[in-house]
Amino acid sequence: MSDLTGLTLAEARDRLKKKEITARELTEAHLAAIEAANPALNAYILPTPEKALDMAKASDARLAKGKGLPLDGLPIGIKDLFCTRDVRSTACSAILGDFSPVYESTVTQNLWDAGAVMLGKLNMDEFAMGSSNETSHFEPCINPWRAKGSEKPLVPGGSSGGSAAAVAAHLALAATGTDTGGSIRQPAALTGTVGIKPTYGRCSRWGIVAFASSLDQAGPITRTVRDAAIMLRHMASHDPKDSTSADKPVPDYEKALGKAVKGLKIGVPKEYRIDGMSAEIDALWERGIGWFRDAGAEIVEISLPHTKYALPAYYIVAPAEASSNLARYDGVRYGARVNGRDIIDMYEETRSHGFGAEVKRRVLIGTYVLSAGYYDAYYIKAQKVRTLIQRDFEEAFETVDAILAPATPSPAFAIGEKSGDPIEMYLNDIFTVTVNMAGLPGISVPAGVSEDGLPLGLQIIGRPFDEETVLRSAQLIEDAAGVFPAPEPWWASARPVAPKKQKSPVKKKAKASPKA
Amino acid sequence: MKVDEATVRHVARLARIKVTEKEAKSLQKELSAILDWVEQLGEVDTAGVEPMTRVEAMALKKREDKVTDGGIPDLIVKNAPLTEDYFFLVPKVVE
Repeated sequence: MSDLTGLTLAEARDRLKKKEITARELTEAHLAAIEAANPALNAYILPTPEKALDMAKASDARLAKGKGLPLDGLPIGIKDLFCTRDVRSTACSAILGDFSPVYESTVTQNLWDAGAVMLGKLNMDEFAMGSSNETSHFEPCINPWRAKGSEKPLVPGGSSGGSAAAVAAHLALAATGTDTGGSIRQPAALTGTVGIKPTYGRCSRWGIVAFASSLDQAGPITRTVRDAAIMLRHMASHDPKDSTSADKPVPDYEKALGKAVKGLKIGVPKEYRIDGMSAEIDALWERGIGWFRDAGAEIVEISLPHTKYALPAYYIVAPAEASSNLARYDGVRYGARVNGRDIIDMYEETRSHGFGAEVKRRVLIGTYVLSAGYYDAYYIKAQKVRTLIQRDFEEAFETVDAILAPATPSPAFAIGEKSGDPIEMYLNDIFTVTVNMAGLPGISVPAGVSEDGLPLGLQIIGRPFDEETVLRSAQLIEDAAGVFPAPEPWWASARPVAPKKQKSPVKKKAKASPKA
Repeated sequence: MKVDEATVRHVARLARIKVTEKEAKSLQKELSAILDWVEQLGEVDTAGVEPMTRVEAMALKKREDKVTDGGIPDLIVKNAPLTEDYFFLVPKVVE
């Protein structure tokens, strides 16, 4: 970790503006850090050094003329769920093969239009389905954090595990993520980084590989709350190409950070005190409540009675929408194809080889709950429960301005520890998934460390499109928690944790006779 | 909700995913467990509740019905596994 990669996004921005550093220096420092750390961490599945240096050159030219753009010269990583023009985009699934989009997602285009520099594509759970980054076709990403006195590899969380690990290990100043049930906030909490999922509709979904369309939302992972505010401002936009994107002006979120939280009413939901929550998470939450009280906020106990139903409802809605969205992967128009006896067999072979176990599981659950006779009992029922979850929040927000809760039920766990039991893995999202179900903004902020020295996060949930109060409250946590330690750079000398095993390659170019 | 192996095979067929016998057996267990777990939604009284459709009330945008994109056949077929004369090729469907 050099001095340059250790800068925050805001510090780097200001030093570039003052011409104290160049975009080239900053980018080269990050590329060197990636080269040194990636064999051990596997955060990037496709670094793009040439593109990064080209973009940095253009930034330097603009900065030299005093015509710097808001993010000019700032190197960031992109989750592989975002389509990037002429750069392989796979959602970390074998089924997309060497898919190289001929278009750019709106969110990444916004970032490039603001001058940001792309370092590469980041590891993630396949199609964003997972909470540990273990379902990636490109092997798991490893958390830069290790428990005190242990060399056991830990998960970085998921699905945006590569994004969180890269930011935590100083392999990017910031990264994009997406959050369908907690996929930005949970990995942020497990890696000691800041992750915000904005209100559904705040960022365009156009060009992001679809998982569950009524829940998916993009957001940044950064090392500070200020950096999250800066990134979000330049990711968010109204987009005519996404009919669910909000036609509302994007505020300058950075300006909201200075406002005191004195007088704010902060809700503490009693239903989040679940059985089996670890004592250290409980203590962390209490400490957070104390910080707000000391800062002059009023703490109000609230009730969100349908909380316990959010996760089971999610595991109907998300797989149902996924089974529909993933129907497009059939080996015909793009991606990998595996030949079969006839067209149906070709579809079945392609999808059987191209999808991993978790994706298959969810597509089958989704297909089941949407199949004839079950639609009302499952999907409609779950969407009705969603209305009740949303009403719980609406009633709470009549009294409070924001809600304070834990981000995850536990710190980072070991690779392989939870991958045997789908439901145990799903329970990781218990504190984050309600927010997606109601479409609200939520942020995870590092707030302390566990007994083992692993990061723990607190979560702030806000009213729809009130990211400003969310960020301003998150700033209080960051200020109170003090300077968060960086992980020890053990990877500088480490060998790869697990040797890469050869995957059976799915052929991209089918060998069928053209007349078939 | 117990799912039998025949149902797993039927759903896999609908989803166009080939499953081996071993996969079908483990999927049967996993799907049953997940469906059992979501059964708890039955406890929630949803009588008279509308299914959720959006976060905030907003009217769906409309635009003029005109062509705004196109003329890019090379790009359309660029990522296809198999094409000929800008057609996507698939195994023969009709004799």
